[in-house]
Amino acid sequence: MKVYDAEEIRKRLTALVEKCLIVPDRDVTSRLETLDDAPLATTAARLIAENNRIAERERVYCCQDTGQAMFFVRLGDGARAEGLRAAIDGATLDAYAAARKSVADPLTRENTHTNTPPIIQTELVSGDGLEITFLAKGAGSENMARLYMLKPADGKDGIVRSVVDAAERGGRNACPPLVVGVGIGGVAETACALAKKALLRKLGTPSARADAAELERELLDRINALGIGVAAFGGNTTALAVHIETAPTHIGMLPVAVNLQCHSVRHGSIDFGEL
Amino acid sequence: MNNDTEWIRLDLPASEDAVSRLEVGQKVKLFGTVYTARDQAHKRIAEAIREGRPLPFPLGGAAIYYCGPTPANGRIIGACGPTTSGRMDAYAPLLFEHGVAVTIGKGERSAEVKAAITEHGAVYLSAIGGAAALYQSRVRACELIAYPDLGCEAVYRLTVEDFPAVVSAV
Repeated sequence: MKVYDAEEIRKRLTALVEKCLIVPDRDVTSRLETLDDAPLATTAARLIAENNRIAERERVYCCQDTGQAMFFVRLGDGARAEGLRAAIDGATLDAYAAARKSVADPLTRENTHTNTPPIIQTELVSGDGLEITFLAKGAGSENMARLYMLKPADGKDGIVRSVVDAAERGGRNACPPLVVGVGIGGVAETACALAKKALLRKLGTPSARADAAELERELLDRINALGIGVAAFGGNTTALAVHIETAPTHIGMLPVAVNLQCHSVRHGSIDFGEL
Repeated sequence: MNNDTEWIRLDLPASEDAVSRLEVGQKVKLFGTVYTARDQAHKRIAEAIREGRPLPFPLGGAAIYYCGPTPANGRIIGACGPTTSGRMDAYAPLLFEHGVAVTIGKGERSAEVKAAITEHGAVYLSAIGGAAALYQSRVRACELIAYPDLGCEAVYRLTVEDFPAVVSAV
């Protein structure tokens, strides 16, 4: 049984989160620097790229909504990580010490003033590995998430209709250009979790499934034809990528979840098993 | 949308004349005073108006920036991009009625808010969502003026320079 040191995990996660909140995904910045679109959209793209350069140079948060912290934990069933929960909470506490306190009780709206608790999604896998991925998710884009419980008969057309609907209804408020995460299958929360997980993929990497990859291309074209554009200023770049994740579902179901990610894609991963 | 590549300078507080000349799609650079207010500050301002209590700042001609900055951490202000305007739609018509001339945020406004903007000769400017470090670099002064208990949702008076936005409703 492989044993992981919680203090080491806390230290490394803290550093990862601090960096992610300042420097968003460089692939997004590269795309924005070279994007050629309608004049207003191109202007906005260059300003966002400038924003990301200022953030890195001045060590300023790239977005004031430093989000709710999410951790995706891939834990091997042969691994032992006593104190992992406290380590993740502690890393959130430490890394968000200078950040905005954005977490509140849902009923009283009373702020926790610590940005804890983070959201933790755990995936149990075989082996003795431990990989933890961080994602900062702001409210502007997360509020635009949607779940569609389709019928199997709705098929591919229903999926396309749902994803385009989510992008059309939520895209303007979600700080485009977007990464569109689509989760298909499982039960309701599987689809939602898959849609979120899809955001973590390296920008624009197609699905390993040929049929899903084709659907990603079709959806990207359809979403970009909506004309929402960078900063919702119009143009052909509403989304930079569509990523689909799938899981087997019930014969009587077709859950489709859509999660819109703003251009401040703030994520990073540490494979503790490889350290 | 107007694809004019020139930026128009808009000094704040804005004169009625300057606001009346703005057209949807124009790029503007803001110079002057804006007040931050988001969800909870709007709730309190609306309550104060309805109950006839003192307001945190004079609404007449004011520019409101929908923003909840990160802590300043020794700088003038923290990262300070726009938040989603639609969440303030429930309060916006009341504020326009009481003289607010300019609102700055990101995303869509409701039909009711757009009608109130037109009726009161006001303007809605879209700032670039997620450009919080850029906007921080354009703030010259920041003063906490009301509701300190709200933290990032408190009302701050900002002096901005060269602050980019696009006219989205007039």
